[in-house]
Amino acid sequence: MGLSTNEPLLEVDDLYVEFHTRDGVATVLNGVSYSVGAGETLAVLGESGSGKSVTANTVMGILPMPPGRITKGAIRYRGEELLTAADERRRELRGENIAMIFQDALSALNPVYTIGFQIGEQLRTRRGMSKKDAEKRAVELLDQVGIPGAKQRVRSHPHEFSGGMRQRAMIAMSLALDPDVLIADEPTTALDVTVQAQIMDLLKDIQVERNMGLILITHDLGVVAEVADRIAVMYAGRIVENADVHALYANPCHPYTRALLESIPRLDSKGTQLRAIKGLPPNLTNIPSGCPFHPRCPMAVDRCRAVDPPLEALPGGRSSACLFAEELVRP
Amino acid sequence: MTDPQAVATANAATPLVDAGAPGAPTTLDKPRSLASDAWHDLRRRPLFIVSAVLITALLVIAAFPQLFTSVDPSVGDLSKARDAPSPDAIFGYDALGRDVFARAIYGARVSIVVGVLATALTILIGGSLGLVAGFYGGRADSVLSRFADIFFGLPFVLGAIVILSTFRDVVGGDPVGITSIVIVSMAALGWPVTMRIMRSAAIAARNQDYVRAARGLGASPMRLIVRHMLPNCAAPVLVYATIALGAYIGAEATLSYLGIGLRDPVVSWGVMISEAQTSLRVAPTLLVFPGAFLVVTVLAFVMLGDAVRDAFDPKGR
Amino acid sequence: MSTPLTENEPILEVENLVKHFPVRVGVAIKRTVGHVRAVDGVSFTLNKGETLGVVGESGCGKSTLAQVLMRLEPPTSGAVRFHGEDIFTKRGKDLKALRRQIQIVLQDPYTSLNPRMTVGDIIGEPFEIHPEVAPKGARRRKVQDLLDVVGLNPDFINRYPHQFSGGQRQRIGIARALALRPEVIICDEPVSALDVSIQAQVMNLLGDLQRDFGLSYIFIAHDLSVVRHLSDRVAVMYLGKVVEIGTEDEIYTRPSHPYTQALLSAVPVPDPAVRLGRKRIRLTGDVPSPVNPPSGCRFRTRCWKATDLCADEEPALEVRSGGHPSACHHAEEQYLLPT
Repeated sequence: MGLSTNEPLLEVDDLYVEFHTRDGVATVLNGVSYSVGAGETLAVLGESGSGKSVTANTVMGILPMPPGRITKGAIRYRGEELLTAADERRRELRGENIAMIFQDALSALNPVYTIGFQIGEQLRTRRGMSKKDAEKRAVELLDQVGIPGAKQRVRSHPHEFSGGMRQRAMIAMSLALDPDVLIADEPTTALDVTVQAQIMDLLKDIQVERNMGLILITHDLGVVAEVADRIAVMYAGRIVENADVHALYANPCHPYTRALLESIPRLDSKGTQLRAIKGLPPNLTNIPSGCPFHPRCPMAVDRCRAVDPPLEALPGGRSSACLFAEELVRP
Repeated sequence: MTDPQAVATANAATPLVDAGAPGAPTTLDKPRSLASDAWHDLRRRPLFIVSAVLITALLVIAAFPQLFTSVDPSVGDLSKARDAPSPDAIFGYDALGRDVFARAIYGARVSIVVGVLATALTILIGGSLGLVAGFYGGRADSVLSRFADIFFGLPFVLGAIVILSTFRDVVGGDPVGITSIVIVSMAALGWPVTMRIMRSAAIAARNQDYVRAARGLGASPMRLIVRHMLPNCAAPVLVYATIALGAYIGAEATLSYLGIGLRDPVVSWGVMISEAQTSLRVAPTLLVFPGAFLVVTVLAFVMLGDAVRDAFDPKGR
Repeated sequence: MSTPLTENEPILEVENLVKHFPVRVGVAIKRTVGHVRAVDGVSFTLNKGETLGVVGESGCGKSTLAQVLMRLEPPTSGAVRFHGEDIFTKRGKDLKALRRQIQIVLQDPYTSLNPRMTVGDIIGEPFEIHPEVAPKGARRRKVQDLLDVVGLNPDFINRYPHQFSGGQRQRIGIARALALRPEVIICDEPVSALDVSIQAQVMNLLGDLQRDFGLSYIFIAHDLSVVRHLSDRVAVMYLGKVVEIGTEDEIYTRPSHPYTQALLSAVPVPDPAVRLGRKRIRLTGDVPSPVNPPSGCRFRTRCWKATDLCADEEPALEVRSGGHPSACHHAEEQYLLPT
C-alpha cells in the first residue's frame, strides 16, 4: 500500500451533515475533522447531541440519507475518497477495512442465527471460504476474544450469551475480515463496570496485536483516560478540542472540557459540591449564535456571541476552538 | 435554594435533543399536550382532511335528512316502480315505487347510527374488561382472557346469523327492536378485539415508572386506572375504533343483505342492496347508488383511522 | 453530606429481607420450577440525616431492594422497621400515612412522569391523594414552591413533560417525591440516565435538599464515583446479599472484601497519569445465576482467594479486617486508590 507510518488510515475532513426534521433543519455536524493512524486510539468524546455517533455512522455509510444529508466535506481511507466512491466500493470497504461495533450487541446481532453462522457468513461471502473452514475460523476468533468453550458456543444464539460475552462475540465478528480500522461506538456503556474493564482490556490488546486504528466513541471521561492516545472533544456538532490524552487532562484548553472535568465526581476523592455546568445542551435546530457553548460558558464575553471560533492549532500538537485558547495553555 | 442560573437558562433554553432524534419539539409559550400536538399534526394531513370532510357531510345527512329530501322514504307509488332516474327523483324508484334517493338519505342515518352504537358498545365492554385484565393480571386476567377467547373463536358472520335468527321472531317488526338486536349482536362478537388491544396497552402502562411512582404515593387502584392508565391506553383503542366503525357499517350491510340483519320497515343501505338484488338486470342503479354510499362511507372511516394512527404514532415525533 | 441535626439514631432498620421471584413454566397450567433469589437476606440500618449508598452490578438485587422498601413488591420474608414499627404490617390508613414518610425517585426521566399530565398535576398529585397535607386552596402555591425549590421556573406549572429536558424531568420527579415532606427518599439510579454535564446539577440539588429538609437517602447506583460523592456510608451488594458495609472512607480507601476490591479496581479514573500506578484486579467468568447461586460464599466462583471453606460455609457479614462488616472468610483490607 505504500502508506508511511505517519499517514492517517482514516481521515474525516470538514464534514457537514444536516437532518431534516419536522421542526426544522438540524445541523448535526458543523465542520468535523479528525484522523486516526495505525496503532493509534482516538477517543471521540461528547454527550448526547454532540454528533459523535453521527460522524461514525457517516464514515461507515450507514446514516439514513433522508432525513440526513451530507452538505460538505470528505472522508478518506488510506487517501481514497469515500463519499464520492461507488456504493459497491463502500460496501467492500465496510467490514473488510473499516469495521464498527455498537453499544447494544443484542440489537446489533441477528437473533435468529447462531453466532458461528453470523461470523462465518462474512467469511463465506467475502472470502469464499467453505462452511467448515468458516466455522473453524469463527471458533478461532471467539477464542481470541476470550469466550470460553468456543467450540461449543459457536453454535449458540446471541440471547444465550451474557452481556459481556455478547460484546465479545460482536468484536469477534468485526475482526473476521481483518480490518485496519475499528470504530467502537459506546461499546461498554451498557455493561457492568467489571465487565467494562475486561472489554476495554480486550480492545486494547487486539489493537496492539493487529496494529489497528481504533476510534472509541464515548462520553465516559474515565474510560478515555485509560485507553486513549488522543482525544477529540465534540460539542454541538463541532470538535472543540483535540489533544494528546496526557495534555488534555493535565491542561484542558477549552472551557467545555475544563468544565466537564471539574463536574464529574471522582472515585478517589470526596468533595462537597460538584462544579456543575449551568444550562442545557443545545437544541440542534436552534444552535446559539457564535460559539455554541457561550450560554453555558463561565468565561464568555460579548464577542463569543458573535464569533464562532474555528479550531486553532496550539503549541504542542493540539488545537482548541475557543477565543481564549491561548490564554488557557499553560507552558 | 434555587439555582438562578439554571432557572434563567431553563427559561430561555429549549429542551435537550436526544442523540437519535435531532430536533426536539420546541417549547412554545403555550403548553402543548400530546393531544394538541396530535391535532396539529392531523390538520396537516390530506388523508385526514378528505376523510373528515366526507364524514362531516355524512353526519349532516344523517342528522338532518330533511335538508336533502322532502319525500317520505317509506311511501311507495307502484306506478313508478323501477322508473329510471329523473329530475323529480334523481336516483329513480325502487321495486315498490319508493324514491331511492330519499331511502338512501334516510338509510345513511340508520347505517351510521348502527355503526356508531355498535362501536361504542364494543369499546365500552372490551375496553373495561381489557383495563381490568391488564391492571390486575394474575387470575383475573386469565379468567377474562379465556372468556374473551371463547367469543374470539366464533366466526363473525356465522355467530351473527345464529344470534339474529334466534331472536328474529322475538323482535318482530318493531324498528327499534330490529336495530337494537343487530347492534348488540355485532358488539357481542366484536368486543374481544378491543379487549385484547386495551389489555396489551394496560399491561405496558402498568409497568411504566409513573404508575409505580403513583402507587408509591399511595394512589388507589381506581385512581391508577382512571388517571394514569386509561389516558395512556386510549390511543390504540381509538385508532382501532375509527377503523372498526367503517367495518361495522359494512358488516351491518352484509347482514342486512343476507336478510337476517335490518329489514323492513327499517331502511339502511344494506337493506336497499338486498332489495335491489331481484331487479339487478332491469334497474342496476338500485344497487349502484346505495352501494356507492356504502363504499364511500366505509372508506372515509378507514382513511380517518389511518390518519389518526399515523398522527398518534410516537415514532413520528 | 450528613446533616448536623439530631443524634444519629436509626430511622430505618432492615432485617434479613428476602425477596424471591418464582420462575414459572408451562402453557395453560404453570409450575414453579425455581426462584430468582433477587434479595436473599439483607440487613442494614439507615440513620437520620445520612445517605446510605448501595452499589452493585446488574443482578445484585439493588433495584428489587428499592421496590420492596417502597412496598411496591411484597417481601418473601424479613422485616423493615421505620421508627421501630414494621412497615409490612401496616394497612389502610396506617399504610397511607407511611407512604408520606418514605418516597422514591426513579431512574428514567422519560418514563417516570405521566406524559398526559401537566407538571402541576404531577407534582400536585401527592396532595390529591393525601388531602390532609394541604387544603385545596393552598395546593397551587405549594406546587409552585416545589418547582422553585428544585430549580425550575414556577410558571412552568402548566407544561407537559415532553416539553422538558431529561435533567429537568428528573427535577420534577424529585419535586414530586418531596411534596409530602418525607423523612426518607430512596433514589434508584437518579442520575444514570442523564448526560454527564447534567448529572452534577442534579447531584448538587439532591445534596442541597438533604441539608435543607433534613432528608435521609438510600442512594442506589452502579456508578461508584457518583455514590461516593453523596454517601456517608456504603453497602456493597452481590447476588442478593450485602458483602461489605462501612463508611465511604472505609469502603473506598480500605475495602476488605475481594469483590469490593475488584469493583473499585475496575472503575476507570479520569486521570491518565494514574494508568500505570493502579493495582488492577480483573475478575474472570460471569455472574452466576440468581436462581442457583453457589453454595457457601456466592462470590467464590470468581474469587482469587477461594478455598474449600468458602464452598462449605457462608461467611457472615461481621466486623473483620478494617473495622467494618465484611462477608468474607479471608477479608483483608487493601489500599487500592493512589493517594
